[in-house]
Amino acid sequence: MKKWSNLWWLAGLVVALVLPLVMTNPAYRGIAVYTLLFTACATSWNMFSGYSGYVNLGAAVFYGTGAYSEDLLANHLNMSGGAALFWLVPLSGVVAMLIGIPVGLVALRVRRHTYVVITIAIFFVFQLAATNFGFTGGTAGLTIPFIPWMASYFDVPFYYVALAVLIFAILLSAGVRRSRFGLQLLAIRDDEDRALGLGVQVAAVKLTGYVMSGFVIGMCGAIYAMKQGQIYPQFVFDPLFDITVALMCFFGGFGTLVGPIIGGVVLESAQQYLTVTYSSGGSLYLIIFGALFLLVILFMPRGIVVYVKDWWGRRQSRIESSQTAATAGVAS
Amino acid sequence: MTTLLSASNVSRAFGGVQALNGCSLEVRRGSITGLIGPNGSGKTTLFNVMTGYVKPDAGSVTFEGQNITGARPNKVFELGVGRTFQLTRIFARMTVLENMLVATQREESWLRGLTRSKSSPRELEAAMEWLNFVGLAHLAKLEAGSLSYGQRKLLELAYVLVANPDVILLDEPAGGVNLTLINVIAEKIQALNEQGKTFLVVEHNMEFVMKICHQVTVMHQGTDLVTGTPGEVRTNPAVLDAYLGGGDETDEELEELANG
Amino acid sequence: MHALIDGVLTGSVYALMATGLTLIFGVMEIINVAQGILVILGAYFSYTLSTHFGIDLFLGLLITIPAMFVVGVVIERVFVARLKGPEKTAMSILVTYAIALVIEGSLNQIYSVNYQQLSAWYVNKSFELFGVYFPYIYVYGFLLAVGLLSALYVMLYRTRFGASIRASLADQAAAALVGIDVKRVSTICFGLGVAITGAGGMIYGATNTFNASSGADLISRLLTIIVLGGMGSLGGALVAGILMVTVEDIVGVVWSPIWSTMSFFIVLVVVLSLRPQGLFGKLSSRVA
Repeated sequence: MKKWSNLWWLAGLVVALVLPLVMTNPAYRGIAVYTLLFTACATSWNMFSGYSGYVNLGAAVFYGTGAYSEDLLANHLNMSGGAALFWLVPLSGVVAMLIGIPVGLVALRVRRHTYVVITIAIFFVFQLAATNFGFTGGTAGLTIPFIPWMASYFDVPFYYVALAVLIFAILLSAGVRRSRFGLQLLAIRDDEDRALGLGVQVAAVKLTGYVMSGFVIGMCGAIYAMKQGQIYPQFVFDPLFDITVALMCFFGGFGTLVGPIIGGVVLESAQQYLTVTYSSGGSLYLIIFGALFLLVILFMPRGIVVYVKDWWGRRQSRIESSQTAATAGVAS
Repeated sequence: MTTLLSASNVSRAFGGVQALNGCSLEVRRGSITGLIGPNGSGKTTLFNVMTGYVKPDAGSVTFEGQNITGARPNKVFELGVGRTFQLTRIFARMTVLENMLVATQREESWLRGLTRSKSSPRELEAAMEWLNFVGLAHLAKLEAGSLSYGQRKLLELAYVLVANPDVILLDEPAGGVNLTLINVIAEKIQALNEQGKTFLVVEHNMEFVMKICHQVTVMHQGTDLVTGTPGEVRTNPAVLDAYLGGGDETDEELEELANG
Repeated sequence: MHALIDGVLTGSVYALMATGLTLIFGVMEIINVAQGILVILGAYFSYTLSTHFGIDLFLGLLITIPAMFVVGVVIERVFVARLKGPEKTAMSILVTYAIALVIEGSLNQIYSVNYQQLSAWYVNKSFELFGVYFPYIYVYGFLLAVGLLSALYVMLYRTRFGASIRASLADQAAAALVGIDVKRVSTICFGLGVAITGAGGMIYGATNTFNASSGADLISRLLTIIVLGGMGSLGGALVAGILMVTVEDIVGVVWSPIWSTMSFFIVLVVVLSLRPQGLFGKLSSRVA
């Protein structure tokens, strides 16, 4: 079993590495980059919210902060467009992390349900700030120095950087799951007060998890900003982003390591495809996406990963019981 | 024997209800101290004050001579005061073993938790040892939520013990547990006490209290009424009055108290 | 002064919409993110009734409110009632968000994305009292909100059914123990919450231009109102609703309109840092 799962990881990695070489259509490459970015976001969202049960519906705070810091840093440092801009990506992640400290201090004061709503409210503060402040360029947004790469090749560097961020996110999430820190997050999810009474410094642990997830999501925002060239407040601070990331985790399996990866890959590519296909049909895309979303949540409430595991388990025990029945039949 | 943990003149009101009213309690090192009293006399509130879950309006809590009044629950635990809850609290979606591991390191900073694995071999060994002690070792890999009520009580006891606290506060360890298990729990407590552990026990089961406790404090209307050996408490007329006046105790409990 | 009057008049309408949300949360621990789009749905109901059938906006509420009640009951029965388990509240946000997407998409298909506004003779007229101009629609809207909220309070505090709702608000498990059919109470609550929202939608539609995407802006306001008031507190929703509009108006006039929308969120953050449970919320005990 263990061996098999290692093989799956390896296969996934190989596919991910060779994909852009095989897939030459730039439109599809673009979809692939977004899929990687969203999967990385979902993975690190889950690393905090999934493990601790503190559902964050304001993850775009990190994404947008990352995107804006990428652009602002590039402009202030007078950088010219090119691969050097990628150095700003981790730096933007750090900025998102730093912004996350005061935000987390306020938001994490409240418990569960109120926390969810607070994250939404704080998200709107950020969206409004980005729209209204001068240094963010207001509704006109910001531009990053032009990147002079050929269209046929343009997305390839983004692809590999996004893949690197995704791998980092997965390793981080797996590492957390195995660490004492991860154990403490899980304990907080199950019974926060009890965890406190067993010496878990819940406030510090929650804030650390929150900020760590912000680092990765901030980097993704920075990559997005670079790839787009131009960012607007309503697209980097997008309520749909908040929900989509959460949905990916619930779709794949909330609190599991693989769930967000599956959720991210399936949903983001599907969403991109639907957007491309139905963009002329206007809001038909909203209806389809919403309906799909409802079906999944209602019929697989614990996510695909858990659903498949249960189904596999039932199947195995059925096989076993039919085998025992068969041997029993022979014996008699 | 020296005093290990004590509360002096603690008061606390919730809304209009004075749950604790100048209550004092002393737990001596190496003793099993019982805390009894009619329902609503403030026993659990006193527990909550002593373990940092509730801040007192007045009075102080001292542990090993150190004032710990109003300290956070994690701090109190770190110093060496462990407790269980009346309504058992376990981490339902974690395995039995993981439940144990949460408590293994009571003095470790959260920063250290980021860089180390879930458990060291020594912690794992300690966790299994205590699970073995309460007879749950064979269930280590099971999700804790699937345990029975009695097993949960034992698990809660075990994960408090694994942190090696100096004093353990037990809130109704025998509540809702069958007779066989009550005896098992009593034996475990006595065995640990012989190894030097101090206990403070809230319990309604008088037989249990009279059997294991060296000293008993009776609470009534938020204050300590009488403190003495089980024998002294049993024959004290004020205690009987308190129980009769409380009106919500069953006859059997009174009878138990009188006859012991 | 003007800000205060506007705060009370408009704020009460927000309070009406937020009351539906807080009622649903209080009884069911469901956060109905679709509440924003349901306001808009209510507005479109009124729009259809008035433009296609020539029915007066307020008279039309006699149809809109029961219709919205049915919409609420259907949503609850088909989707929300299925949610269970420890992640119920979080899941409810996703489910109702998906419902909101479907409704938003459908409204866009039916009514196009062009902005509409409800019209009637009283929408653009005002009267003067003590030197202050009062637009009729705001006054009527205020009266309607007060009327519906009082009706709701009377129902909650004077009827048997109200008592069972309040019992469920206080403690669902205990309510079930004393023989209250919590499932039925939940369904009706959801219906009620959506129905009064629909009424708020009419006033919103008459005082603002709207299209289907206005729902997203609304829900953020409604959510902050109920958090500020204390989640599950009906009185808190009323106070917070009025407070929100007053603060926005004052900041808009005294300082700058840019800060006015943000000011309320800032008030929220400040209040929560001092009182995590909101103005009137109960702090769930750390021990229980």
